[in-house]
Amino acid sequence: MTSPARRPEPEWRAALADITPAMVAGMPFAALCGALAIAKGLSPAEVFAMSLVVFAGGAQFAAIEIWSFPVPVFALVVSTLLINVRHVLMGASLRPKLHALSAPQRLLGCFTLADENWALAERRAAVRALSPTYFLVMGVAFWANWVVWSLVGALLGPVLGDPKRLGADFAFTAIFIALIVSLRTGSRSGVVVAASALTAALVRGLIGSPWHVLSGAMAGIVAAAVLPVDKPGAR
Amino acid sequence: MRLDGTTVLAITLMGLVTYLTRIAGLFIAGRFRLEGRAKAAFDAIPVSVLTAVIAPTLLTSSVAESLAGIVTIVAAFRLSLLGTVAVGVATVVLLRLVFG
Repeated sequence: MTSPARRPEPEWRAALADITPAMVAGMPFAALCGALAIAKGLSPAEVFAMSLVVFAGGAQFAAIEIWSFPVPVFALVVSTLLINVRHVLMGASLRPKLHALSAPQRLLGCFTLADENWALAERRAAVRALSPTYFLVMGVAFWANWVVWSLVGALLGPVLGDPKRLGADFAFTAIFIALIVSLRTGSRSGVVVAASALTAALVRGLIGSPWHVLSGAMAGIVAAAVLPVDKPGAR
Repeated sequence: MRLDGTTVLAITLMGLVTYLTRIAGLFIAGRFRLEGRAKAAFDAIPVSVLTAVIAPTLLTSSVAESLAGIVTIVAAFRLSLLGTVAVGVATVVLLRLVFG
């Protein structure tokens, strides 16, 4: 991207290049999610259906954890809602950057909104206008990757083994660190990160998942609001 | 190919509430004109959410995770996304060997 591009990189190719690390990191998790679901008594068809319509790693892992028969529908739906409520903040933050998309493109495209492709879209929007092709290709590729690999995990089951062995579980954390560093907005970001990190760790320890996500996020947001504004003229 | 009725209901409702969280933000945004502190708070959303998701793992799970986190943060200031992930994963594998 640093080369003096005479012919700019096509949007779809930039989207695939940017989302590839997240897709590779997602493979072992999707497979693990599928394998765990089978162990809990779901069928491969049900695993496939869940990944297809829910497409939310954290929520699916939590759901499989509490899955039993008879199916605790209410608990599953509440847990899913709590873990995914952060999407509301993400969508609100992204909305002003989606002006190149039509209303149907936004509504369909946001079906694939997830932490990784959202953060990449934010990063892209910070340097150039977000195109429909970039946003939709990235989202669909990430979604299809999750669906396919969770089905692979469901079919191969315990043959795949523990992703911790190869450090694959840390790839998720490393991606998030890189995204946070690239999204930082100056000196105030350090305080925002500290407030969010400490609150999340504390709440995770004292109350438990998934409350740490919402409380940590709120702490960071409040910290940003309370801090003195850097440049009085800038908005 | 087996699909249980209650399971399908649960999956459908899980998908529905998740989709609602994904599009709700689209309708909230744009109703306000953000300035000053409100804008600062709004701009902090991405970093705040991402930090909250990973912080417990980095701060409280193990020495290997915490140290690998520091190495990864340093790498993130110098390397591409893929390079950062490679350094982070290699470091955590090594440190888990060291610290058991």
